[in-house]
Amino acid sequence: MTDQQLQNKIKTEEYFINMGPQHPAAHGVLRLILTIDGEIIKNVEPDLGYIHRSIEKMCERDSYQQIVHLTDRMDYLSSHINNEAVCLAVEKGLEIEVSDRVKVIRTIIDELTRIASHCLWWGVMGMDLGALTSYFYAFRDREMINDIFEETCGARLTMNYNVPGGLMFDIHPNFVKRTKDFIAQFKTKIPEYNRLLTDNVIFHKRTKGVGILTREDAISFGVSGPTARASGFSSDVRKHHPYSAYDRVDFKEILFTEGDTFARYQVRMMELWESISIIEQLIDNIPEGEIKAATKAVIKLPKGEFYQRVETARGELGVYINSAGNKNPYRVKFRSPGFSNLSVLNHISKDVLIGDLVATMASFDFVIPDIDR
Amino acid sequence: MNFTQMIIPLNITKTISDWIYSIMPETAASYTIMVVIAVAYLLLFAVAGLYLVLLERKVAAWFQLRIGPNRVGPWGLLQTMADALKLVSKELTSTIKIDKFLYNLAPYFVIVSAFMAMAVFPFSKQFQAFDINIGVFFLIAISSIGVIGILLAGWSSNNKYALIGAMRSGLQTISYELSVGLSILTMVLLTGTLQLSEIVEAQRTGGWLILQGHIPSVIAFMIFMVAGTAETNRAPFDLVEAESELGAGFHTEYSGMKFAYFFLAEFINMFIISSIAVVLFFGGWLSPFGITENIAWFPEVLWFIIKVVGLIFLMMWFRWTFPRLRVDQLLTLEWKYLLPLNLMNIVLMAIVIWLNWTI
Repeated sequence: MTDQQLQNKIKTEEYFINMGPQHPAAHGVLRLILTIDGEIIKNVEPDLGYIHRSIEKMCERDSYQQIVHLTDRMDYLSSHINNEAVCLAVEKGLEIEVSDRVKVIRTIIDELTRIASHCLWWGVMGMDLGALTSYFYAFRDREMINDIFEETCGARLTMNYNVPGGLMFDIHPNFVKRTKDFIAQFKTKIPEYNRLLTDNVIFHKRTKGVGILTREDAISFGVSGPTARASGFSSDVRKHHPYSAYDRVDFKEILFTEGDTFARYQVRMMELWESISIIEQLIDNIPEGEIKAATKAVIKLPKGEFYQRVETARGELGVYINSAGNKNPYRVKFRSPGFSNLSVLNHISKDVLIGDLVATMASFDFVIPDIDR
Repeated sequence: MNFTQMIIPLNITKTISDWIYSIMPETAASYTIMVVIAVAYLLLFAVAGLYLVLLERKVAAWFQLRIGPNRVGPWGLLQTMADALKLVSKELTSTIKIDKFLYNLAPYFVIVSAFMAMAVFPFSKQFQAFDINIGVFFLIAISSIGVIGILLAGWSSNNKYALIGAMRSGLQTISYELSVGLSILTMVLLTGTLQLSEIVEAQRTGGWLILQGHIPSVIAFMIFMVAGTAETNRAPFDLVEAESELGAGFHTEYSGMKFAYFFLAEFINMFIISSIAVVLFFGGWLSPFGITENIAWFPEVLWFIIKVVGLIFLMMWFRWTFPRLRVDQLLTLEWKYLLPLNLMNIVLMAIVIWLNWTI
């Protein structure tokens, strides 16, 4: 019997399953409609809308100070960076120059946020691949960052530390000491992470050559952040369009060319070292200065369009404000990194196994409220 | 089956059996004793299973920088008892359009096969329910039945995740059964008997089998532990219930006591795999270097339990350290690496015995 005859005789049938909205690998309420043949995935169709809160519409109702608080709830793992993006856009519109002190503090907290976010991602990545222990290691270290935030900002996750024109209040007297303690401790923990997960042979087998995203695809789908940089697409906003204090620190943009899950993993792991380096450069010389530039109680942006892009832990976040000159914006649009990154998932997950899809999704580091605003 | 082969442990059981024989005719008495032993074993291993769950949680907590259960009873000792009570009193729910008969049958397949394997274990010289002369063969045969339960559960649940899990289980168990069987066979070459008690006795003089057969024995032990972990569907081979891929795999749609059967069976299977390893490689109930051989009051069963718990700890160590394999890698590992290695190992063992190189 030839192969063709055999194939005609043994037929397989495609079927679909819902991966989510309640699924352990969805990290929230992402629903993926999978068309699969046996265990081989033929099509991945993301279905959004399970956590839509119409944040962009609510922004039209609120004043500029209030918008900042809404952005916490988008990408809750980089809430400080989201806040900063809005503040920078508003400051651009008002043509306020914030003091050096504000810039440096914002940058330090940005990088602490990035470390916290990457910690959580690392733990969850291990968990998605079946190694549950990594989660607890990551949370042990993330806890220290949250404590620093709690002391300075009053909140652990949705910090609301930025206001248009500066910061809500000055840093806590312990901030510098505790941050240094954390950095000193965290430096000893990253090798531990590598021993537990990075150097594991099963982990290599699960991630190397899985979910390959080429540079061309990354550019044409608008992929950004560590995901794009693992494909060799230099897209770091901190490097190309520096904001806050990023123009005065020395750091490397991590680039890999493989574009597979392991490359995305390595980019994030090495970004931890870069973040540490940035914090170390800034923490000892926080300049003195005003922590808040004088703004009016009711902020009115001049008529026009204002755009600000920042680099969150997941990629490029863009804030577009269209002002009609009133106390609240006429239109607001967020360009979230997760949405663009998700759009490429179907393209690179054809004819792979379910386990590969889970590994790929884990390496993309999706935060669903960011995708579905 | 020969009832006279039943060896009843310890003095108190001797008293009970004498009493039963004195009040009943012989046939009825032997049946009654069988039932009593069966009930005793059931209770013993249900409790043992529950405490293995507690041990797993404590070990996991230890690996994961946590404390683990510590609220119910001292050191959380009653935690799993409370969990079992909860599961017993829980409502049994199921989805519509299930195959009712197979759905209800499946958990019993799994749990009964796990308990049946217990019957032949030589916990100590006197503590063994059935000392049949094909003990090893019986164990392999019985432990294969469990997979039917898993397949039935996945098939009858009317759930696609459960079906994928069950199909994976079929792949996995059929593949790794070969390695389990062949690595046991390697050791049987060394002892020349399938009877578990004789396998243990063979180690009294020459030392543990893992030392007697040196290199091929060590290879066989490694293969056995890998394949045994796969047989029990535990991480890194827990594809059957891979929670980040399939929710809960084959037992997604089970609740209450039926879920508890699957859960308990996993831990009892782990106990079985470790027990086989202890009997075949580590001298069963014998003390290391005979250190307690002359101490009359020292219960031999304690050595057996210590060794088994040691191996169970090893399996838990696997689970809380390694990521999960992918389904194709699982099959590649078995058919391309473990099976050829195993076949070569048998030949190696045969040569070692032929040339009389055993220690």
